[in-house]
Amino acid sequence: MDNIKPTFSKGGKLGFLESTFDAFETFLFVPNTTTRKGAHIRDCNDMKRTMIMVVVALMPAFFFGCYNTGIQVGLEGFTAFFYGLVRVLPMVCVSYIVGLGIEFGFAQARGHEVNEGFLVSGLLIPMIMPVSTPLWMVGLATAFAVVFGKEVFGGTGMNVFNPALLARAFAFFAYTPSMSGETVWYSDWTMMGAHVDGITGATALEQLSTTGTMAYSPLDAFLGFIPGSFAETSTLAILLGAAILLFTGIASWRTMVSVFVGGLAMGYLFQALGVTEYPAWWHLIVGGFAFGAVFMATDPVTSSQTNAGKYIVGLMTGALAVLIRVVNPAYPEGMMLSILFMNALAPLVDYYVVEANIARRKKRVKLAK
Amino acid sequence: MEKEPLFSAKNLKFLTGPFSANNPVIVQILGICSALAVTVQLKPAIVMALSVTVVTGFANLVMSLLRNGVPSRIRIIVQLVVIAALVILVDQVLKAFVYEVSKQLSVYVGLIITNCIVMGRVEAFALANKPWASFLDGLGNGLGYGLILVIVAFFRELFGSGSLMGYRIIPESWYMAEGGFYSNCGLMLFPPMALIIVGCIIWVHRSRNKDLQEK
Repeated sequence: MDNIKPTFSKGGKLGFLESTFDAFETFLFVPNTTTRKGAHIRDCNDMKRTMIMVVVALMPAFFFGCYNTGIQVGLEGFTAFFYGLVRVLPMVCVSYIVGLGIEFGFAQARGHEVNEGFLVSGLLIPMIMPVSTPLWMVGLATAFAVVFGKEVFGGTGMNVFNPALLARAFAFFAYTPSMSGETVWYSDWTMMGAHVDGITGATALEQLSTTGTMAYSPLDAFLGFIPGSFAETSTLAILLGAAILLFTGIASWRTMVSVFVGGLAMGYLFQALGVTEYPAWWHLIVGGFAFGAVFMATDPVTSSQTNAGKYIVGLMTGALAVLIRVVNPAYPEGMMLSILFMNALAPLVDYYVVEANIARRKKRVKLAK
Repeated sequence: MEKEPLFSAKNLKFLTGPFSANNPVIVQILGICSALAVTVQLKPAIVMALSVTVVTGFANLVMSLLRNGVPSRIRIIVQLVVIAALVILVDQVLKAFVYEVSKQLSVYVGLIITNCIVMGRVEAFALANKPWASFLDGLGNGLGYGLILVIVAFFRELFGSGSLMGYRIIPESWYMAEGGFYSNCGLMLFPPMALIIVGCIIWVHRSRNKDLQEK
């Protein structure tokens, strides 16, 4: 690898491919560049290593999603898991190929390094779509999210909105019939003896918003044996991922906890007011609430940067999600919209947190005098 | 004094400048509001483009003729009277000859009065230039506006409804309801997508015209 490096460096024969080369080199090897002078305390984690930890944390939910996809079409055991895995792999490939293709193209054209944020986004996109979403829709939504969510703002780290959620929002508004309803939650591939004909069933969320109760037991909803977007049904698997993220210190526990608290508080408020009959904690185990709270709201780029801001944004995200679920009949799921909305507000919250801090310290200076 | 030919290079520049380098929508960022509102389908967009072209052209012509007789303190109200009169004329013509489209456009024909491009060109150009040059400038700006409208409407109707000018382009058999794989992009029917398309046009335009890029 080091032998062929000069070919790709500036002035080398293939110098114009520098970004691409750099991307693969740092992906495969930990960079050996170190700080040269002065005191420094750093561990060996660069952004690629961080992102890989998030991918690892996503794995429980991903594998459970595969299993559940098989379960939902009447398969059992390992066959169910294998069926789901085969069913979803094309979606993952499409999302990665389209997304990374665009990222590499832009980085190359601008002479930037290729950033690694898409390793996570590319996996998140198929995980939050219904399993029967056509591949071209996945590709188009990914392209939209990467170009208009990320690249026009300047690439990874500059985006205002979470790219994966933006992809889902695009698909949701552009192709509503393929993203909601009663049939899209079931795989439509006939293989390995799957019973795919005519299976329909509303998600727990749709049932809650139309009938005020759900046909699934809360335990099933918590374990994830219910129809829903590919990998967001199992709260248990998501909590496993959350444990990995918190243990490695990658995601902020402040955001995570306050989203759950906000949602729960809003749920209890509606229950107390008599708007909803079902227990408030149901909100946390159905739909994408847990998935959004753990993997989306904690996105270090689009979330709030200050600690106080994380509490505020988290609380509002959770509360808003439940508010949309209960009050707006057009959107049974409010998590996507509430996270995107709070993404837009996070810089404002940060601004006032910083201003408040400045004001407080100014006061202290005056008192000291 | 030598008489200038009607279509001298200078005069032609008034007409063609607004098509690209000085486009009212994508360079001066005027008239965005109606560009979002009337571009769901191609036909209303074309009608709107022609209406605006007529209004800007004749508003410029009339105000240029009046420019020496109007005291500058009351010039805005005079401009409004002229523009409003022209818009009412256009509205009546549309109602008489293309009633269906006029119904689709609804209030947006009346709102041409408030279109920044009309007032902007009268203020910036017609009050300081001769009638013929002003007329060409008005037509040019109207057409430059119309050009963007038509491009946006083309994409929105093609991908949002699968048709152009009301004729089906994407075959019925491709659709999911008929057992195919395709589905219209519902987002194209919403105004935000028009804004994104205008953004894309600006993106392409700026990358081709380096001198327009802000530092």
